[in-house]
Amino acid sequence: MLKYSVALRRQGVGENKRVEAPGQKAKLKTESVDLFYGSYHALRDITMDIPACAITAIIGPSGCGKSSLLRLFNRANDLIPGARVEGQIYLDGEPIYGNATDVVLLRRRVGMVFQKPNLFPMSIYDNLAMGPRRHGIRRRAQLDEIAERSLRQVALWDELKDQLKKPGQELPVGQQQRLCIARALAIQPEVILMDESCSALDPASTMKVEELMEELAQQYTIMIVTHNMEQAVRVSDMAAFMMIDEDKVGRLVEYAPTVEMFSRPADKRTEDYITGRFG
Amino acid sequence: MRKKPRVGEKVVVGIIWTAAVLVLAVLAAIIVYILVKGLPQLSWEFLTQIPRNMGRAGGISSTIVGTLLVTAVAIVIAVPFGVGTAFYLAEYTKEGIITRIIRFSAESLAGIPSIVYGLFGFIFFVITLKMGYSVLSGGLTLAIMILPTIIRTAEEAIRTVPNSYRETSYSLGATKWQTIIKTVFPSSLPGIVNGIILSVGRCVAETAAVMLTAGSILRMPKSLGDSSRTMAVHFFILASEDISMEKAYGTAALLILLIFLINVVANILVNRFAAKRR
Ligand SMILES: Nc1ncnc2c1ncn2[C@@H]1O[C@H](COP(=O)(O)OP(=O)(O)OP(=O)(O)O)[C@@H](O)[C@H]1O
Ligand SMILES: [Mg+2]
Repeated sequence: MLKYSVALRRQGVGENKRVEAPGQKAKLKTESVDLFYGSYHALRDITMDIPACAITAIIGPSGCGKSSLLRLFNRANDLIPGARVEGQIYLDGEPIYGNATDVVLLRRRVGMVFQKPNLFPMSIYDNLAMGPRRHGIRRRAQLDEIAERSLRQVALWDELKDQLKKPGQELPVGQQQRLCIARALAIQPEVILMDESCSALDPASTMKVEELMEELAQQYTIMIVTHNMEQAVRVSDMAAFMMIDEDKVGRLVEYAPTVEMFSRPADKRTEDYITGRFG
Repeated sequence: MRKKPRVGEKVVVGIIWTAAVLVLAVLAAIIVYILVKGLPQLSWEFLTQIPRNMGRAGGISSTIVGTLLVTAVAIVIAVPFGVGTAFYLAEYTKEGIITRIIRFSAESLAGIPSIVYGLFGFIFFVITLKMGYSVLSGGLTLAIMILPTIIRTAEEAIRTVPNSYRETSYSLGATKWQTIIKTVFPSSLPGIVNGIILSVGRCVAETAAVMLTAGSILRMPKSLGDSSRTMAVHFFILASEDISMEKAYGTAALLILLIFLINVVANILVNRFAAKRR
């Protein structure tokens, strides 16, 4: 446990005011959610409130269902044949699982950034404009505005403003990932899901993205999955620790403000995992 | 630590290499032979005049037009149906009995000799539907013939589009339709066009099936209801009935050039589109 306190102090997290149990209001709520891939039971009884305008980190060993959980929030699992969800998730109090849900609208409100930069083989501009275009925005001036706004949000505008016609995939990986974040921001979501979005990046780019996350958290609700405990400590306000149980089903073991979890884990399994991971 | 001589491997590589070279050499030999024999026949008159005296004299203009018309009819009909079926199979259905039936039918159809299509076209389009020997009968018959190829190549092309493209498109709030039309379709287009080019080649080269359905009249076709002889049929008749070997080679050379041209143009179009997609 000592190691962590050191890590925490080193990061100055202890002094960070945002650490006080944030989010008066829950942006997202899950209620006894179970997820099945065909007959495979992937998640059991997940109940948690995700605070608005804060960063919630999901941590846990490989294969415990972190990605599966994250993908529930924009119904990305809908695309997997045989995937089935029980229980309910609420976005601003409205259920998102049900026949009445407009999944397309949901995905406009809950954006996603993937593990590897996944720009399309087209120009920087067209990548940024893709989301807005799909929502029916055609006017060039408006698209230009959106492109500029979202590039500024990820601090890429000055670097890229003169090369918007350049294929996005020719940029360095770090910039590509920030561009992917900008692309997600271009549709003005309320929630941003990031699944190990720094794992393909070098430390310098990781730092940039982390700074970016903290800035975005003032305005957006952010959920990240990470294998990097330092990162969880550095950026997140809330931490969720997941693990598979005896039946190999993913469970939410502990969910608490990050500082609390990393300084006084309530569950022995949490403690074992995080001490093992900081070494 | 001496390197072991891997004799077996070298022998196999040698055999494969030889086989490849042999195949290429045979292909090249055929093409060169035909071009050498045929190209001197090509002239402005050959391209623009109607065959006279059964094809001994004059050009082959009406057969060029016939070929293009029959092929165009086949493509215009088969491509929307074929590509549509491919999208249905790849994007809209789960694997199941229906998809298996469609796929099995398509595969069986692909294996049938073209003369059978010709016979079917003759009985169904020419006789039963009273369309007579005509460009339309020929085109429709060829459309059925190339449908399996188009379905199969298009489905393969659609399935090779990475799933991450779809996921990303959906994550940006695109609808299923937008994802398919704006993301999956452009990415699979080169593969789809490849299948279409292959099919155009088969149409242009087809003899038995068109002879039985479009007929072999040498007049210039004025409408889709007219009978017409295609270049391949013309070549076949010129050669098999010993009418004029020179004109036969000329026709064959032009056929090769035509297919080559179609390939080049289609590739240019695809690249243009790929560069412009958004
Ligand atoms: N599409 C799928 N079909 C069937 N099983 C799946 C599918 N996706 C994930 N799983 C299974 O669900 C479990 C949880 O997977 P998930 O990817 O959510 O874990 P994770 O915690 O994100 O792992 P990692 O840290 O390696 O990314 C794993 O056992 C995995 O094999
Ligand atoms: Mg994962």
